[in-house]
Amino acid sequence: MPTTERLLEVHDLVVRFPGRRGGSITVIDGVSFDLAAGETLSLVGESGSGKTTIGRAILGLAPVTDGSISFRGETISNVPRSRRRKLASDIQVVFQDPYSSLNPSMTVESILVEPLAAAGVEGGRARVRHLLDAVGLPAGAGQRYPREFSGGQRQRVAIARALALEPAVIVCDEPTSALDVTTQATVLSLFKDLQAATGVAYLFISHDLGVVNEISDRIAVLYQGRIAEIGEAHQVATRPRHEYTHRLQMAAPVADPRKQRERREQRLALLATGPHDPGIGPLARKGDT
Amino acid sequence: MTINPETVGPEAVGSAPAVQPVKRSVIGQLLRNPQGAACLAYLALVVLIAVSAPWLAPAGPNVTDLAATNAPPLTAGHPLGGDSAGRDILDRLIWGSRQTVVAVLVVVVVSVLLGVIAGLVAGFYRGRFELVASFVTDVIMSLPGIVLLIALYALTGPNIPAAMAVFGVLIAPTYYRLVRSIVLGVRNELYVDAARVVGLSDLRIVGRHVLWAVRAPVIIQSSFVMAAAIGIEAGVSFLGLGDPAGASWGIVLQTSFNAIYNNAWAVLWPALVISLTILTLVLLGNALSDVLQSSARSKLLSPRRRHALVAAADRAKKTAPVADSALVGSSDDVVLSVRDLRIGYPTAGGVDEVVHGVDLDVRRGEIHGLVGESGSGKSQIAFSTLGILPREALILGGHVLLDGEDLLADSRLMLAARGRRIGYIPQEPMSNLDPSFTIGAQLVYGLRATRPMSKGEARRRLVELLARVGITEPERVMRLYPHQISGGMAQRVLICGAVASDPDIIVADEPTTALDVTVQAEVLELLRELSRERGLAMILVTHNLGVVADLCDTVSVMKDGRIVERADVEAIFESPRQAYTQQLLSSSRRVELMEI
Repeated sequence: MPTTERLLEVHDLVVRFPGRRGGSITVIDGVSFDLAAGETLSLVGESGSGKTTIGRAILGLAPVTDGSISFRGETISNVPRSRRRKLASDIQVVFQDPYSSLNPSMTVESILVEPLAAAGVEGGRARVRHLLDAVGLPAGAGQRYPREFSGGQRQRVAIARALALEPAVIVCDEPTSALDVTTQATVLSLFKDLQAATGVAYLFISHDLGVVNEISDRIAVLYQGRIAEIGEAHQVATRPRHEYTHRLQMAAPVADPRKQRERREQRLALLATGPHDPGIGPLARKGDT
Repeated sequence: MTINPETVGPEAVGSAPAVQPVKRSVIGQLLRNPQGAACLAYLALVVLIAVSAPWLAPAGPNVTDLAATNAPPLTAGHPLGGDSAGRDILDRLIWGSRQTVVAVLVVVVVSVLLGVIAGLVAGFYRGRFELVASFVTDVIMSLPGIVLLIALYALTGPNIPAAMAVFGVLIAPTYYRLVRSIVLGVRNELYVDAARVVGLSDLRIVGRHVLWAVRAPVIIQSSFVMAAAIGIEAGVSFLGLGDPAGASWGIVLQTSFNAIYNNAWAVLWPALVISLTILTLVLLGNALSDVLQSSARSKLLSPRRRHALVAAADRAKKTAPVADSALVGSSDDVVLSVRDLRIGYPTAGGVDEVVHGVDLDVRRGEIHGLVGESGSGKSQIAFSTLGILPREALILGGHVLLDGEDLLADSRLMLAARGRRIGYIPQEPMSNLDPSFTIGAQLVYGLRATRPMSKGEARRRLVELLARVGITEPERVMRLYPHQISGGMAQRVLICGAVASDPDIIVADEPTTALDVTVQAEVLELLRELSRERGLAMILVTHNLGVVADLCDTVSVMKDGRIVERADVEAIFESPRQAYTQQLLSSSRRVELMEI
């Protein structure tokens, strides 16, 4: 359950990467949000919106050009590598691609022991059994290699690795978008069950408003490196206040031919009447004030 | 959707596939390869001889027997004869192998230490070290090696280990370049990012994750470096830069060479030993790269073996051949039908069948959705209608009929149909455009390959069609390269290319999966309009039920290589009969915005 304790605060984050001819590209342009303990906040947006970069900046994998990121009140952006390594037990990650996020030459057990060994936790091997159990993999899985598992099972291994150090926050970067739809459903359930059991908070990054609606407490919609809209999940997903969110919502096809036909017509009408640039701002709609 | 047969199989959490024989040590794998085993045996023998030289030739390499001066082979006591100083050639070769082994070890140790470590550091940390190291590497590589070694002789006198150490330095750049380029790739792998996030030190990341990736290439490279080292050692000794009092293969060769008019046989033995050892090392390198990188090459079957496998699979199935009447589509309106199609992949024990007898009819103007999860075989069917299955795939039976003609039976018919009467829209728009040609050049080339017409005519038609598929400045876009346009635009270009030859049917393999959702909506709209305008039939392969609901008229649901349910789109969403379809639908609806 979300509490009021603020775990992670991102304030005016700016990320620039060096561009061509000595210039720079601003990927994140003044993003602020916070994440409470036990909460799920989703960052949703399309390619180029900067959602993945925010996650990587929080993990220390992307440079923070300006602004700050703090964890439990302490700044963690641009800190030395030694401090960053201590954060391993607080902030963890599940990446999108369960194929390249697991080293193919290591057994599942050695993948799961690695974070424990790095943190100097004793009795790593005994914990592995517990972790495998927590993510719904058989105990015998530890002796096998990643290639022996399906995509969904690999993603469970990656989730177990993220859980190993009992972190307070897990950054989930499109963790289900490489999975089949039935597998996605079971993995999303697993995320929810683990949150209920451990009280971990998720920063859930996705391009899919529907997935995000299913798992989040709050949603932040990103458009070209800025937050277009942030608010309670159901409200953002179903009654958006921003033009861009509305377009995202209308573009997502629904598995029902009749409803989809209606939505298609709504979408075409919206595009015909709405502003040309979806980044333009708040949506004028009756009943929303 | 992957077309790798290994991943075929239901997604079943908790029931992982049976444990396969996993990793064997490199040596173990090498011993199973006949070439590798033979090479290893030979090299082991050389090392053994070098180590046991004091027992094999207790008299030492420099005992002279004047009676044996320039003795031919098979002289009593001197099986390979004697040299110009009356020394036994066999004994000298035995002792010479010691120096050869030492020389090779020195070269490998020096070059691996320098090259691999510098490559790891430069690739992993980049920055200033990489700049300096790469500059030094370039300088070293531009030095003439053998000249440097001769110059060194002036400084150190005859000192083979020192010369070999210098040669190690000179050859280290080959390791540096190899390792650095691999590390540059590996450092961006997600598992390296994950290792950083779980708090591993850089030393452990490099030691555990990065070193593993460079291991195989370094081992393979070492085999070739050793071969080069033997050649260089022999060459340096032969030029007289070795210690004349010592024995090495090169010195034996030099001594024999000087007396070649008196005893030609004596040249043969050292030359043979040197050549054979170099050859062995090169062959070992090839065997190593076969063993360590075998997954990179797919195993292609001989036509005979393919034929035998297909015949065996046919016998196993024991079905009557499809009657001729069944080959005709169920109605005149059918453009494309697939009949009893079975596709398999060769495995160690025979054939793994991944598509088990699928039937499919597509009528004129119909958009037929083929839905299923990864491994269901849906892309296999799409690829077989285009004749673009992976090369190792086996068509075990069945027919693909275009207006009643079996495309699978005659590759010329398939060639005539593909790209002309059957268009293709791929999943990854970017990788299906050639980065070195402009959009216009590839579209014109493609169109003129299907229909003879002048370049100008082709251009004119394509510009018109590009405008039709929603590209606002077609003339300008024709002049752009693929990297200058977005993914959505690239997909429109490919759609333009697919419809340009005016096909009867289009096979679209997950055409919107790689696109953003807002772009997806536009592309779906375009496909709908094109189908309506041109009476174009379409096979739409997808895993996304929302896309199916949006676009399709008929739906076939696939699971494990079979079509489990087929109905028109309204019926399948309203009242799915099969439990699997129901499960797909409920999983899908759970993550969709049903009510807004």
